[in-house]
Amino acid sequence: MTTEAHAAEGSTGYIVHHLTPFSVGEGFWTLHLDTLFFSAVLGSLFVLFFKSVAQKATANVPNLTQSFVEMIIEFVDQQVKDSFHGKSELICPLALSIFCWVFLWNFMDLFPVDIIPAVAGMMGIEYMRVVPSTDLNATFALSMSVFCLIIYYNLKIKGIFHFGKELLLHPFNHWLLIPFNILLNFVEYLAKPISLALRLFGNLYAGELIFILIALMPWYIQPLLSFPWAVFHILIITLQAFIFMVLTIVYLSMAHEEH
Amino acid sequence: MSINATLIGQMITFTLLVWFTMKQIWPPLIAALEERRSKIADGLAAAEKGQEEMALAEKRAIEKLKAAKEQSADIINLAQKRANEVVEESKLNAKKEGERMIEAAKAQIEQEIAQVKESLRQEVAVLALKAAEQILQKEINKAEHNDIIAKVSNQLGQA
Repeated sequence: MTTEAHAAEGSTGYIVHHLTPFSVGEGFWTLHLDTLFFSAVLGSLFVLFFKSVAQKATANVPNLTQSFVEMIIEFVDQQVKDSFHGKSELICPLALSIFCWVFLWNFMDLFPVDIIPAVAGMMGIEYMRVVPSTDLNATFALSMSVFCLIIYYNLKIKGIFHFGKELLLHPFNHWLLIPFNILLNFVEYLAKPISLALRLFGNLYAGELIFILIALMPWYIQPLLSFPWAVFHILIITLQAFIFMVLTIVYLSMAHEEH
Repeated sequence: MSINATLIGQMITFTLLVWFTMKQIWPPLIAALEERRSKIADGLAAAEKGQEEMALAEKRAIEKLKAAKEQSADIINLAQKRANEVVEESKLNAKKEGERMIEAAKAQIEQEIAQVKESLRQEVAVLALKAAEQILQKEINKAEHNDIIAKVSNQLGQA
């Protein structure tokens, strides 16, 4: 996998090059440094910005920054209130983190596809994939964390006995159908993290791919295509962050409620 | 495009993010929001209370105004009555005074008439005496005939 090899393949090489992560290590112990780096930087941006506002938060007339942050907070809070009826210290901050983090990941998609890789290239880094949501590891890390929380809350709220009974006897309450129920519940529970991760990944991967394809066009056509796509993408990136957050809330509220 | 250790790294980052948000970001912001909400609620309640109090005060002011009007009307009536009384009284007094003055004038007139009569009587007596002197051509002793003169003047006075 060298640059020359990609260059030889023309436009396909260009695309593959753009979608290859900057990685170290072998086999399972491979680390995608670009994904780790950008998601950490974006996460820190989110945390530091919100922290700086939270420190100066006042109950009196808020300034513009505080109003903006409060708008997001109230939006998330409203979403949680709408679908989650239990009491939890974790779920609101969790939803906020997911929403902002995923939004910032996706936002990286709006940077012109060649800028950051070019800068990285000058620093001697050959591969650079800047949008963390186009890395399955990133989206699955989120959805698996949510999945762990789903299992944790199922066990915590319902107890191991009740949860086990639900797995065995739901949806068909008959001992003969226990194997079938297990299979059904297994698929149901597994579908949650997989659908969460793949939805986000698929949308953003496809979006990024189209940006790369547009970047292959002659320069005078590029703005005509990339501008509408970028505007449309503003909707997509917000929507995907929103969907991820809402589904997380819904899954967790399901874990809190008994059937 | 494979699942690898990046997943673990991302999960750790995510856990840290959520933990930090839970500890440092969410509570102060939501507390500020709650505080503002209660402040606004308090303000609205206070405004409503103030409005009610204002309406009450207005009502009270109207009542007071009404009472004051009634009182002033009473006072005016009383004053008018008193003034009428004073006028009547002074009229009466003036009438009495006038009558008294008329009486006094009448008495004086009577007195003057009596005086005039008296002097006239004496003058008539003197004239009569002189006439009698001239008629009789004879001096009449005043002392001797004083009785007669007195009698005559008495008769004149009675006439």
